[in-house]
Amino acid sequence: MDVTLSRRRFLKISSAALGWSVAGGTLGKISPRASAANATNGGIETIPTYCDMCFWKCGAIAYKRNGKLWKIEGNPEDPLSRGRLCPRGTGGIGAHYDPDRLRAPLMRKGERGNEQWVQVTWDEALNFIADKMQQIKAEYGPEAVALFSHGIGGTFFKHTIKAYGSPNIAAPSFAQCRGPRDTGFNLTFGEGVSTPERTDIRHARCLTLIGSHLGENMHNTQVQEFSEAIQNGASIIVVDPRYSIAASKAKYYLPIKPGTDMALLLAWMNVIVNEELYDKAYVKKYGFGFEAFRAEIAPYTPEWAYPETTIEPDLIRATAREMAKHKPASLIHPGRHVTWYGDDAQRSRAIALLNALLGSWGRKGGFYSPVSMDVPSYPYPPYPPSEKGKVDNPHEKYPYAHGHGALTTGIRDATITGEPYPVKGWFVYATNLINALPNEKETIEAIQHLDLLVVIDVIPSEIAGWADVILPESVYLERYDELNVEWFRDPFIALRQPVVESPHNQKPNWWIAKKLAEKLGLSEYYPWNHIEEYLDYRLKHAGYSLAEIKKKGIITGAKQPIYFDEGVPDEFYTPSGKIEFYSLQLKEKGFDPVPKYTPPDPPPPGFYRLLYGRAPVHSFGRTQTNPLLADMMDENSVWIHVDIARRYGLKTGDTIRLKNQDGVLSNKVKVLATERIRTDCVYLVHGFGHKNKMLKRAYMKGASDAELITRYKIDPLMGGTGMNVNFVTFEMEA
Amino acid sequence: MARLAMVIDTKKCVGCMDCVVACKTENNVPEHLDRDWLVYETRGKFPTLHMEIRSERCNHCDNPPCVYCCPTGASHVHDFGGVVLVDYDKCIGCKACLASCPYDARFINPNGYAEKCTFCIHRTEKGDDPACVAVCPTHCMYFGDIDDPNSEVSRLLASRNHHALLPAAGTKPQIYYLT
Repeated sequence: MDVTLSRRRFLKISSAALGWSVAGGTLGKISPRASAANATNGGIETIPTYCDMCFWKCGAIAYKRNGKLWKIEGNPEDPLSRGRLCPRGTGGIGAHYDPDRLRAPLMRKGERGNEQWVQVTWDEALNFIADKMQQIKAEYGPEAVALFSHGIGGTFFKHTIKAYGSPNIAAPSFAQCRGPRDTGFNLTFGEGVSTPERTDIRHARCLTLIGSHLGENMHNTQVQEFSEAIQNGASIIVVDPRYSIAASKAKYYLPIKPGTDMALLLAWMNVIVNEELYDKAYVKKYGFGFEAFRAEIAPYTPEWAYPETTIEPDLIRATAREMAKHKPASLIHPGRHVTWYGDDAQRSRAIALLNALLGSWGRKGGFYSPVSMDVPSYPYPPYPPSEKGKVDNPHEKYPYAHGHGALTTGIRDATITGEPYPVKGWFVYATNLINALPNEKETIEAIQHLDLLVVIDVIPSEIAGWADVILPESVYLERYDELNVEWFRDPFIALRQPVVESPHNQKPNWWIAKKLAEKLGLSEYYPWNHIEEYLDYRLKHAGYSLAEIKKKGIITGAKQPIYFDEGVPDEFYTPSGKIEFYSLQLKEKGFDPVPKYTPPDPPPPGFYRLLYGRAPVHSFGRTQTNPLLADMMDENSVWIHVDIARRYGLKTGDTIRLKNQDGVLSNKVKVLATERIRTDCVYLVHGFGHKNKMLKRAYMKGASDAELITRYKIDPLMGGTGMNVNFVTFEMEA
Repeated sequence: MARLAMVIDTKKCVGCMDCVVACKTENNVPEHLDRDWLVYETRGKFPTLHMEIRSERCNHCDNPPCVYCCPTGASHVHDFGGVVLVDYDKCIGCKACLASCPYDARFINPNGYAEKCTFCIHRTEKGDDPACVAVCPTHCMYFGDIDDPNSEVSRLLASRNHHALLPAAGTKPQIYYLT
């Protein structure tokens, strides 16, 4: 038996524990009942807002007690949270109290990357940035400044950069995350999956998860609906090299050999077509090129897939029949972070095709059609046209690289090579490029070519260590942001509004972006004085007002149809107007019209494939210094199968380093010797092993998977970077 | 007389620790200390595994050794729902209750007194759920009166397989795990 505990018992009797009680509770010897009485009389104030602990944007209600931030709960009116936040959302108050936050604008002194800083005023910092930007514009043109941005907080920086004249705006959420999935679905159905995913998990009778570790990945609505599906008795099929939390809920667990998911998908489709288990009426009505598709997948029997995947043919057949039995309420989840092996858009297309066979697109328990409220945008002057166009994808090398603006790694390449034109300035908003992009060496090399690197964030991430100027942003509980006009199963508008003031000299993103625009002589792009005017304008033109939405934080719209049988038009925005089982556009561009399988490279002898994923209490590398969340998990461990661990004389709790195929050595990390993983791979939770000394609570705790990802395979369709192609071995002399 | 109890569906729980974080903010629990915690118990050999995930805390026992061993009467059974509480004014921090608890549910607060789960009595007396129950995104936790046969907790215990922790200890624990 293998028992893992969440809390650190060795600390339990320690009297050294400092009160976490910055939240201003009642310390001292007061009985629980008296303490409660105190709380209820103690001037409780509630303010609705929406969360920023991940990018799901759940509606929340913040509680203040005696004027101080106390706790935060889900907003019952909010369709995303339905009154319940995830642990990161609940721990969101720790972001406000985090002692490792950035406090004032900082400018580099000495060499770039030396992490030596001078504290400056906002005026000094912004004047410096504006002067540099004007120099870059004069010498290279405005396109030479790029913005990397993650999350809704980047809205106003995008606006300022576009007004300045650059189209080079990128987010890692495309080429390092969801891009392949949306490309694969677009090629098949003519629409992507987007976020929040349009997956109707709640009504699924059969849910298949391929590497998706819901429950560890805490996107709130999906986890809530996953639990509902379990409660309703849905069949759960989980495919994962690791016995994930989701796997423990599964009727069928398929411990697949990493990198062979495509073989399994082809074999499933082979069974469903050969045994005529697919939704024939649906395929006949909506399908394009089905007969050609049928011929293409004919060789991929379960017996063919067995040596590739190590999944028994009987289990492949049983699971194919199970998912077909529940069609169309049978959902093959498309995943979210799917940049694994470099053929990810085609694998996502295979997932889309399997869903098409089951008739789940547009159907209850499959993929619904999301709806939204109509909130007009603010009438800004038009942006100046770019003469040079985007820098990231010359000659349309990746023909489907048009998800969220530019490719992050494409901008990085151009910065290094100067081709197709030089890039001399980077703005980095709320994304830690050192960890987010594969092979940090290339990122650091690109930085050497810059005349300006500005990082705007709430904590000093690793990329901030390389900055010329660091601008400290207010955390979400201290600021307004753009409205969240969500595309979801229920239409709504959500407001983020300040709950408390920023503790030091931090500023909200809208204020920073507006001030910068003014210093660049772009005042006409900010005709409003305060974001309240901007928000009120947008809301008034939608028939509401800022005063109205401030009360509940949410405005909901009328229910609208979300399934074909409720009246959603059964249209597909593909070239054929149908679901493309066979893709002529892919064929014309020289790609496989029906996905094919390429075996993954095997690990070198003595090496194990490095896999990574999420923990429910952390978001990327952004939360490790949050005192509440660090208290839940303050370092990661490397998961190693017990038999492999024993071979190396390792046991749980031992400290080792990981060394990858290129000789890169990780920080020290503890071993978790477990039955819950295959013998040919190891696993790390992403986001640990921080190396910026200003992150005092998280500095050098655990190992960084990102640092070990020196190799990546580029998706030829859309430029995504497959990152599960690295291997590690163990260094004992920790 | 009400008998308050908690019923937790291990089939739905994903072990996300939201219950732990919510308890910490609701009750201002000191850093590095927790009134509730998660246990992930795995049996079998890969890939034929079974895992039970449990959110654990004070069991508010019907036969509470912590109350019997307390030299000052600080640990007591409250008249509301049989909840086991500590009167911090009476507690001298002797740790007898820590030693007596088979569930390791108690700790010494840095201010010197024994602390543990209170079933959020400040909330439950008003009819609200404890913070851990109210926050859970999987809705896997239920709270109520098991003396009332029509309560949700009673109906769940009547219709589902369940177990409590360390029944052999004879403490009659009042946290039930549905399996």
